[in-house]
Amino acid sequence: MYTGKVMEHFTNPRNVGEIENADGVGEVGNMKCGDIMRIYIKVNDQDVIEDVKFRTFGCGAAIATSSVVTEMVKGKKLDEALEITNKKVAEELGGLPENKMHCSNLAADALHKAIEDLKNKRNKE
Amino acid sequence: MKKIYLDHGATTQANPDVLEAMLPYFSEFYGNPSSIHSFGRETKKALEEAREKVAAGIGAEPREIIFTSGGTESDNIAIRGAARALQKKGNHLITSSVEHHAVLDACLALKEEGYELTVLPVDEYGMVSVKDVEAAITNKTILISIMMANNEVGTVMPVAEIGKMARERGITFHTDAVQAIGLLPLNVNDLYCDLLSLSAHKFYGPKGVGILYVRKGTKLDVFNFGGAQERKMRPGTENVPGIIGMGKAVEVAVADREKRSARISSLRDKLIQGLLKIEDTRLNGHPEQRLPGNVNVSVKYVEGESMILSLDLKGIAASSGSACTSGSLDPSHVLIAMGLDHQLAHGSLRMTLGTDNTEEEIDYVLAVMPEIVARLRSMSSVYASSKKE
Repeated sequence: MYTGKVMEHFTNPRNVGEIENADGVGEVGNMKCGDIMRIYIKVNDQDVIEDVKFRTFGCGAAIATSSVVTEMVKGKKLDEALEITNKKVAEELGGLPENKMHCSNLAADALHKAIEDLKNKRNKE
Repeated sequence: MKKIYLDHGATTQANPDVLEAMLPYFSEFYGNPSSIHSFGRETKKALEEAREKVAAGIGAEPREIIFTSGGTESDNIAIRGAARALQKKGNHLITSSVEHHAVLDACLALKEEGYELTVLPVDEYGMVSVKDVEAAITNKTILISIMMANNEVGTVMPVAEIGKMARERGITFHTDAVQAIGLLPLNVNDLYCDLLSLSAHKFYGPKGVGILYVRKGTKLDVFNFGGAQERKMRPGTENVPGIIGMGKAVEVAVADREKRSARISSLRDKLIQGLLKIEDTRLNGHPEQRLPGNVNVSVKYVEGESMILSLDLKGIAASSGSACTSGSLDPSHVLIAMGLDHQLAHGSLRMTLGTDNTEEEIDYVLAVMPEIVARLRSMSSVYASSKKE
């Protein structure tokens, strides 16, 4: 039911872990649905995402989308990262089963939340 | 890669003797059993012999056996048929919160039509209490449906006691025994049941064929119309090869049942003990009143589908009650009814053993599980959080 690319990311996920003193952290999902994704970003003065890591509780799709989104944004500018949508993440993986499109395809939302968190922190400084 | 099948609760491989018995009925003996010519008479005779085998296997009379397309159809004919037939007598139905959806949803559909429905709770082990059944009975109760053994967590229900109570009060009693045959002692008289559902593919028979036992004198309305097959309760040309195979499968299932159950139970216990050695795991279902082949554990901090995929990559077939594997957005209604929180329900792993499994296979599963769990926990957002607290 999953594409080869989904299984490849599930088997060898990129950028697993967390960043200590991350510039932004975003978490989406809830335990009722069974998916909780957390994304950490480190961003430099030029607004480039230098490092990104994730930790996810969830199904194969949840893990693979988390992994691929970290790969998609690493080295990208914040405004480029904001253009990544859940739909683009699914496309990058060669598609997801229909029933996974809504519940487990939230990695871009987690990324956007991390960027929002970063902006909120900067505004406070 | 070596493949290990631990999903016998979902379906089983046809027994070689079953397959052999079926094959001539595809091409050699293909007459319609309703035809009066020699082609028809040949298959009619074989059909009735299969009915005798099934009846003998469960302590019934051949005329009390209705062939259906499987467990789901048997459950629907039983529940809808009995409720409709008895509506002059009353309108109250009793079932449990852990029934298969074929039973639960059939009861809920009747509720929509105006029947009163009591859905009984279960305890932490998924067990229905006889006292709860008794307390729920009113003078309007016409039907009680409680499964013999739960398909997800393997809990074996006190159906004989419930059946006896129903019999004494003149209430029709149905039990879904799909998971039980060939593993638990099964005799319709000992169970005091009026209706009992079976499905061939759960006991090494073919898919698409099942049994509804209907005790003599039990009233059932019909809602499928057609020919006079199966005393009009299940019209339509019979699945002859399937029924022949099922007759053989019942014969095999009943013979050597105790030996088979003992062997599978000992593998089950080894697997349960090994899995529970992994930190933060728990057994779901009853520790003793349990189907011989059922293992169901929750692995904290890990989601079920990701475990199934990881096991599949190692050649091991298992299942889970997580939302992702239940085909809906909610985790297993059985685990939730037992009081599990959502994390533990999503983190459930079911392994159901069968006749083909070996001790070496269990050793292999126990060798790979710790690393699978460790890998998924290393990625898990909730594991990381819990270890910081």
